[in-house]
This record gives sequence, structure tokens and C-alpha cells, in this order.
Amino acid sequence: MPSIELPSPDASILARRNEIIRDLQSLVGVHCVIADEDGRRAFETDALTAYKRLPLVVVLPSTTDEVSKVLKYAKVNGIKVVARGAGTSLSGGALPSEDAIVVGVSKMNKVLEIDYENRFARVESGITNLAISDAVGRGGFFYAPDPSSQIACTLAGNIAMNSGGAHCLKYGVTTNNVLGVKIVLMDGEIVEIGGPFLEPEGYDLLALIVGSEGQFGIVTEATVRILRAAEGARPMMIGFESSAKAGMCVARIIGSGIIPVAIEFMDRPAIAVCEDFAKAGYPLDVEALLIIEVEGSEEEISDRLAYIASIAEELSPQAIVVSASAAQSARIWKGRKAAFGAVGRLSDYYCMDGTIPLTHLPHVLEKISEICARHGLRVANIFHAGDGNLHPLVMYDANKPGETDKAEAAGAEILKLCVSVGGCLTGEHGVGIEKRDLMRVQFSETDLAVQMRIKSVFDPDWLLNNGKVFPLDAVAAALARREAELQRATGAAAAA
Amino acid sequence: MDEILKPATEWELKSMISALAERQIPAEIIGAGSKRGVGRPVSAPVALTTSGMRGISLYEPSELVMSARAGTPLAQIEVELASRGQMLPFEPIDLGPALGAPAGIQTIGAVFATNMSGARRIAAGSARDYLLGLRAVNGHGEFFKSGGRVMKNVTGYDVARGLSGSWGTLAVMSEVTFKVLPLPDDVATLVYTGLTDDLAVELMSTALGLPYEVSGTVHLPAGLARRLKQADLRSEKKSLTAIRIENFTRSISYRKGRLKEALAAFGEPIDLSLEKSLQFWGDMRRLSFMPYEPTHLWRISTSPRMAAKLVNDIKRHMPVEAFYDWSGGLIWLETPASADAGTADIRRAVAIHGGHATLVRADHSVRGLVDVFQPQSPATERLSRGLKDAFDPLRLFNPGRMYATM
Ligand SMILES: Cc1cc2nc3c(=O)[nH]c(=O)nc-3n(C[C@H](O)[C@H](O)[C@H](O)COP(=O)(O)OP(=O)(O)OC[C@H]3O[C@@H](n4cnc5c(N)ncnc54)[C@H](O)[C@@H]3O)c2cc1C
Repeated sequence: MPSIELPSPDASILARRNEIIRDLQSLVGVHCVIADEDGRRAFETDALTAYKRLPLVVVLPSTTDEVSKVLKYAKVNGIKVVARGAGTSLSGGALPSEDAIVVGVSKMNKVLEIDYENRFARVESGITNLAISDAVGRGGFFYAPDPSSQIACTLAGNIAMNSGGAHCLKYGVTTNNVLGVKIVLMDGEIVEIGGPFLEPEGYDLLALIVGSEGQFGIVTEATVRILRAAEGARPMMIGFESSAKAGMCVARIIGSGIIPVAIEFMDRPAIAVCEDFAKAGYPLDVEALLIIEVEGSEEEISDRLAYIASIAEELSPQAIVVSASAAQSARIWKGRKAAFGAVGRLSDYYCMDGTIPLTHLPHVLEKISEICARHGLRVANIFHAGDGNLHPLVMYDANKPGETDKAEAAGAEILKLCVSVGGCLTGEHGVGIEKRDLMRVQFSETDLAVQMRIKSVFDPDWLLNNGKVFPLDAVAAALARREAELQRATGAAAAA
Repeated sequence: MDEILKPATEWELKSMISALAERQIPAEIIGAGSKRGVGRPVSAPVALTTSGMRGISLYEPSELVMSARAGTPLAQIEVELASRGQMLPFEPIDLGPALGAPAGIQTIGAVFATNMSGARRIAAGSARDYLLGLRAVNGHGEFFKSGGRVMKNVTGYDVARGLSGSWGTLAVMSEVTFKVLPLPDDVATLVYTGLTDDLAVELMSTALGLPYEVSGTVHLPAGLARRLKQADLRSEKKSLTAIRIENFTRSISYRKGRLKEALAAFGEPIDLSLEKSLQFWGDMRRLSFMPYEPTHLWRISTSPRMAAKLVNDIKRHMPVEAFYDWSGGLIWLETPASADAGTADIRRAVAIHGGHATLVRADHSVRGLVDVFQPQSPATERLSRGLKDAFDPLRLFNPGRMYATM
């Protein structure tokens, strides 16, 4: 059995289920409310599929006003809410609870405004990540963050998780590319923060909202920065006999003053699986493969790739392959972006997401193999090497008793290892429920208290995405402290 | 000012703040003090400076990361980075000269606390984008950290970025960790002359819409161009619109050619030599053509297409000099000395065209009278007040500096 504790549902809310459904139906219309069990099943989990909870009810609003009505109602009635995009979270961020209303933004997926001259697009938050780039592609522009799940995942989910992607080495992650949001707070208030300007005004509330894992409010619209696409781009592949050499190669490239658009890493097990899936021509007899992409004109690309090759040559690589055509480039990226899915066809897997300082790469990869071997599990490594963001895929069989526990235990060891070398628990997938109980490995009680106070500013009753991000006992203690402070304050007021 | 507290270590910082909290004594929070004149006047019996906490604590060039104590002079950091061929990509603005302080004294902590980015922001992002982590003490007297030293980190909320731009009103940073990038091999600058503000914005936006990674777009109307130190540019006696590209030398010559072709309709540009180019962008960074004067200086964030209109609107009420950075997305506006710094007219124009404005230079009495920072909507006001309560419930840090009641 998976071992993460989920808060037990509030019986008084469950008892009022029918009434709540009726109220919601009259607020936003029957067509926006999913109440039947089959319908709700589709929302019972996200991409951390080991955990499932049937939500109380699902609402799919089509306007910000509807979202506002639902939140206001939930707040007045003390009902929890879980915001949802496409449900591709790998950390259980979108996992519902039996006593919570799921508010999904998938119907709100329109492009509202494209302004090439001022380089921004305004969209509804339920739009998929790829649809933004598609919409602005006509003008030769793109939206930079490109999670591998980009066909499915929504901008709303990207904003909540501050998602990254392969090309973030050069262009930054979500927080660096979002300029403004429209967010509905738990009391139903609609707030506009930021806009098509490059500077925040006053406190940088946007910086706090991006990455807040759906705990501050429901984002319904966003203004994103769009960038003019380069003249061209081409990847090359460099294979090495060891991960250590691949790691050294990455450090030398960056140290030499070149920042490629992407530097991705795959180890032998991952290469085999991805090649089988994408037929990209990955070299199969190497221990570690780097996919490195650069951009520019034809001549610039050749220049740059030749320079990178010269750096790699010093480490006697086993293979250097430069993509020969647009079709091959597409296959190389297809294999990389489909890597999780390709591993998923073979086995259940648990995807880790720690980030480490690059100098520790060889040591950490060795330790990861050791940890997994000790638990009797296989592991494939596929990750964003340029910024040290690791994705060990720990493979297990969910149907074998005890294997899920083993995978979780191995995962926790891997993440502790990442923190111990100066890294962090999660580089782009978020804490969700998955890493909630490991937060104390990285943060002190005060560090957590500082964060939880911010949560209380946005959502004083902690109704939004409850039970995620912070250890449950830390939240209970924070709420008790707050209660005591409030009582002291009212006591003082009464005395005065 | 009665007393200046100057902690040398994180521990001293925490002890001092705890002592202030115990006695409920508010303090003005400063780094080197070069931007002390920005914001509403702070009335506090004590000043606390981070300038005693100095030194680079971590630098890994191959990982593009540096950590430094908050009071480390920016100049020291830039020298160290340059020695390894790297830089702070967001090109922090040095407000010293414009505010009557020497150039080059600001601290790295203040760079992030004020989120001041220069011309390269349009291509590379702003100061807050490069902030990876920090250590700080809040108004509860608690020491805390956020973020870390790795490039990608979504563990918990992004408190570090949330504190950028808070002007020392939420917490006192003791150490910051940030991403750095390689210095470009070569720099080229094309300067177009004699364009109206409107056409200049069009030129700059066109340049950014081309795939040549333009890394700076500024426009100086004739009145400001006349104040440049570089005699050849000054002698043009015309407005100047500059486009910068930075890259490998071979790329630069190719891209320069393509840009000239694509922008031919705007005239034949002056092509600055490397040395002149660096000098020119250095002047932009120090706003050396808007030196300390008894005039006021505003900083207006808007969308480029509105920039010229916005400035024209304001011109109907007062004579101004406007420096357009970020293709017009950022306007530095010099306005005549007056009792209210032209606030009403400027805020009205900003409200019509979109954006926000901060009064960067004005004397004490003016800053006590008007809103220096953009007034907030009721909802953001409530959230900001909530943050202030969460970090500094006793109102110890820079009370009233950003907003009168906080
Ligand atoms: C195969 C695969 C590959 C992936 N690759 C990457 C990758 O390369 N990089 C990466 O960063 N991630 C990756 N992910 C993880 C995932 O796709 C991202 O976290 C994504 O941003 C989630 O988007 P979503 O729309 O599915 O959100 P969901 O999973 O529905 O929700 C994610 C979080 O967002 C919150 N949320 C949703 N909507 C809103 C809203 N409107 N307002 C406020 N909060 C909201 C939810 O409450 C939840 O906490 C991958 C996942 C899979 C399955």
C-alpha cells in the first residue's frame, strides 16, 4: 500500500453532499457540474496514480465569474476546493479529497489577445501549454517553457507548479515567462496582478503565486511573455562510456561560455527504451547520452556545434551524431519528450525530480544506482542536465505486494541525497503530497512557518488544496498558533 | 538619526533585530545607502546597515552560481565575475549618480531588494529572475532561508522572489544566491538618429521581433542625447535610438548585417566600435545623462506601444525629458521641481495608458506628501498588508517607506 497519509474527510461535509451539489448546480448551471460517480472517477487521481480519491463533486466553470461564485460559496460553507488543470501532476498536486469540490479550468482555454509588437499573449488558464506556442507560431513567436507533457498540461497547472522543460536552460521556467494573472481568491474576490509590463508594481505577488501549487487561489487568465523564435535550431547527440564523463562534458560546455538551449541526459536503460519508441537513431552502446541543442542561422549552428564537439572530443566520446535533418531533429526530441511514457509502457515507475549542483552529478548517479539496487529495483535516468534537474525513474510493479513501498523508500533516499549535496527536493514537479513529508529535510521549522504564514494571507481558512506541500502536523501547529494569536488579540481588545 | 547598527554576521543581525523587536523600535534598513532617498521618508530612531556583512561565500563558474553576503558591494561582485568571464545578466541599474550618491557603491542585497534591472532585461530577464535563494531575518526576529543554490527549485513557495522589490520592508537579507551567465564575446551597437519617439518605439519593437537576440533597445530624445559624454554622439544634435546585439564575433557581424537590412527604412545607423559600445551602455546603466538635479525623476513601467503617447500626455502639463528603455516598456522621466512632483498628471496619464509609476527622485518634503510608489488596488492592498503582517507585524522595517500605513 502506498504510504502517504491523507487527511480524513470531514463527515459533516460528506453528509451535506446532495445539498452542495444542488447549490452548485443553481449557481453555475447543471451543465458545469459533474456529480455522478462515473463522471467523478475521471478526476480521482493525477499522474501520481498510486493515490486515488473520489471527489465530492466536480465543477467545470467557463468564466471567471463562475469560478468566483463557486469559491465564495465554498468559503461561506467551509468546503475545501482543489483546483485542476489537466491532471498531469506527478506529485499528487491535483489529487482530490472526498470532502472537496474539484474546480477544473479545462473549459476556459481561449486565447484572448496576441500582441506581437509588445511580445505578449493573454490567454485563459485552461489552455494547454502547446496551444499557446501554436497560436503565436504563425507570427514566428513561441512561449518558452516546454514541459514534456506540453500537449496535455495546462498553463494553469504550469503556473501552479512553476513548471520547466528541456529548453529552460536558456529561456527560464514559468515564473520567468509569466507577466500577470487574473486570480480568484477563496472569498470569491477577483484580483488582477501584473499585466503586459516587464516589472511588478509593489510587492511581487506574482512571484509568490507562481509555484504556490493551487493553494493561494484559482488562476483563470494569464499574460505571458512570447519570444521571437530563432532562425533555426538543431540538436546533436554525444555518447560517453560513463555518466561521469557526460557530467564533465556538461560542466565544460557551460564553463566555456556557451549556453545551449538545452542539454538533456539519458542513461543506458533510458536510451534503449526511448530508441525503441521513437527510432531516433540514439547510439545504443553508450552508458550516457547528451542531447544538446543550439539555435541560430545555419552557419551559426554549425559553428556552435563544432565548438561543442571540440570540447567533447577531449573526453573521448564514443559517439557524436549531429542531426542531419529537420525530421531527425523532431525524432530526437520526440524520443526525449516521450521518455516517461515509453518507460511507462514497460513498468510502473516513480518519477523523482531532485535538483543538484552539477559538480556532484557523477557521485549522485552512482549513489542512485546503489540505492535502487539495494531495494531490488531498476532505474532509468532521463533529465535536464544543463541545470542539474534529475529525473530518476524508479521502476516497480504496483501489483507486487510491497513494491510500491520499496519504490517510495528508494525515492525518499534519493531526494535526501539531493538535498545533502546542496540541491533540493523538486526542480519542477512540485511538492504536492509526494514530497510533503520530506520538507523538513530541506527546511527548518521557521522556514516552513514563514511559508505557511503567506498561505494564510491568501487563504486564511486553508481550504485550497488542503493536505499538500506542508507536513500535516506542521499545518496543524500553524493553525493552532494562529488561533491562539487571534484569541489573544480579541482578548486584548476586550480588555482595552 | 541617533544610531547606526552594523551587524557583521548573520547571528549579530538576528540578535539586533530581536532586540529591536523586543523594544518595538523601528529601523531604517539600508545597504550602502545609495538609494536612501527613494520612497516615503522613514522616521525611525535607528538605521541598520547590511554593509558590515561582506564577502562572496560561493562561486562555481561552471554551475553559473554565486552566493554573497548582502552587504557585498556590487562592484566587488562584478570584478570577481569578470575575472572568470561572467556577468550579472540583468545589468543592474546604478541609481547612485541620479540620486546624488557616488556611482558603484550599491550592495548586492539592495540590487535584489529593489529589483533594479537595466537594458538587458528585455532579453535576459530581471534581477528577480536571477535570484535563486536567500537567507534573511524577518520582523519576528526569526532567521530563515528560501530557495537554494540550484538553477531549478520549486520546493515550497518562492519566498526569495517574493521578497525581491520589497525595499527592505519585509525582511533584512543576510545572503543572496543568484545565477550568472557568461560575458558575451563581442558587442555591437547600431545607433539610429533623428527618429521621433513614436518611430523609435516602432524600430525597437521591430528589432525585438527579429530572430537576432537583440539585447538592448533604448531611445534618447535630442534633449537627452545632448547630455551624453560621447562627443560624436552628442554632436549629432538629434535623437538617438540604439540597438545592441551581443554574441560570438562571427555571429555579430552576420546579425548586424541582417538587422541593418531589416531596419533599412529607419535610416543608416552609426555603428559603434566595441569600446564606444561598452561606454554607451555603461552610461545607460548609470543614467549618467540624468544626473542629480533639483528636478524629479520618475520610473514608469508600461507597454511599449503606449510609451510615446503616455509621455506626450504628460508633456501637455509640464516640460519633461524622457529616456525610453526596454523598447519603451520602461520610461525614466525627468520632470520640473514642484510641490507635488506632477503626481496628479502623471498618475492620470499612467491610468489611461496602463502601467505604473514610481517617484525615484524628489526631496524629503515632496516624498512625505505624495504616493511615491504606485497606489494599490483595494485587493492588492489587502494582500500586501497581509504580507507585511506576516513578515513584520511590529512594523520594524522601513515603516511607511512604500506605503504610508505599512
Ligand atoms: C509524461 C509527463 C511528463 C512531464 N514532464 C514535465 C516536464 O518536463 N516539466 C515539468 O515541469 N513538469 C512535467 N510534468 C508534470 C506536469 O505536467 C506539470 O506539473 C504540469 O504543469 C501540470 O499541469 P496540469 O494542467 O496537468 O495541472 P494539474 O495536474 O491538473 O494540477 C497541477 C497543480 O496545479 C494546480 N492548479 C491547476 N489549475 C489551477 C488553477 N487554475 N489555479 C490554481 N492552481 C491550479 C492544482 O491544484 C495542482 O496543484 C510531466 C508530467 C507527465 C505526466
